[in-house]
Amino acid sequence: MVDKNMDVLIVDDYRTMLRIIRNLLKQLGFGNVDEATDGQMALEMMREKRYGLVISDWNMEPMTGLQLLKAVRADNDLKGTPFIMVTAESKTENVLEAKKAGVNNYIVKPFNAETLKAKLVSVIGQF
Amino acid sequence: MNMKTDLDKAIEAAVERSKGDWTRDDLENIIREVVTNIEGDIDSVHVKLFQQIESLAKTISQTKKELASIRPDEIRSKHLPQASDELDAIVGATEEATGTIMDSCEAIEEMASGIGGETAEKLVEAVTKIYEACSFQDITGQRVSKVVKALKEVEEKVERILNAFGDEYKDLVQSEPQQDTAPKELTEEDLLNGPQLDHEANDKDEIDRLFNS
Repeated sequence: MVDKNMDVLIVDDYRTMLRIIRNLLKQLGFGNVDEATDGQMALEMMREKRYGLVISDWNMEPMTGLQLLKAVRADNDLKGTPFIMVTAESKTENVLEAKKAGVNNYIVKPFNAETLKAKLVSVIGQF
Repeated sequence: MNMKTDLDKAIEAAVERSKGDWTRDDLENIIREVVTNIEGDIDSVHVKLFQQIESLAKTISQTKKELASIRPDEIRSKHLPQASDELDAIVGATEEATGTIMDSCEAIEEMASGIGGETAEKLVEAVTKIYEACSFQDITGQRVSKVVKALKEVEEKVERILNAFGDEYKDLVQSEPQQDTAPKELTEEDLLNGPQLDHEANDKDEIDRLFNS
């Protein structure tokens, strides 16, 4: 079973979305949630603390979610971190690009709590 | 260039030959000689070409006047920034409202955890649906950002038009009929501007002061 006390990092440049994901995760029992507002900030936080899961938006500045994902996968210490992309980018080429970069799963905004739960289970296992 | 020179020469030669008293025949000969030269140098293709160039020049001139009349400087300096500000205000207002909704949801969740049982479950279920619905703010924000980006592109294109005009634009604008700047009586239509941006709006105290003065 998954340890719900794991540290989760959520990355989004919209405060509303950070809050929504944080609250939905809390409802699912994940209380240790940190927030970053772009890829660069997230990467720095990941180098300071080991996260059990990263849930990231794609479209952010200065570092996008895809750049963050590539940086994570290229870093020997971080490359095994489960990574879910939550984004409004729903085109096939986006999904394929993220898959190629090593994303574990992909959620298209807007999404509901059931979708988030199902994707979490598929990435980190049953909880 | 060469054509003009030939024509000049023909005219000069004809005039030279006819110095002194001119008879009707002399004049006729001069005209015939010049026309013959014109026909030799300018054929119907040239004439048609000149007509088209002239027409093109008129069109360019007219287009410049029309472009000046829509005041691209105002589009760039006033209308487009105003539209961007309004869109930013939409994002700001929806973000604030969503924040307030979520504050209330979190308070309800807190209360639900104290109640427990089926009622609490139903409350949490309802709150979850509100959280899901609140993601509209993120989507709206992204869509508005795309519109703002499109406006910026329009602004750049307008800038290019203005640069292409150069100083000529100022002359064209000055030649446009001046707008009537005299104070006019406000109609109801003038008064209906919709919600004001923060920096333009009166706050409640100012309204009260105006109302009580």
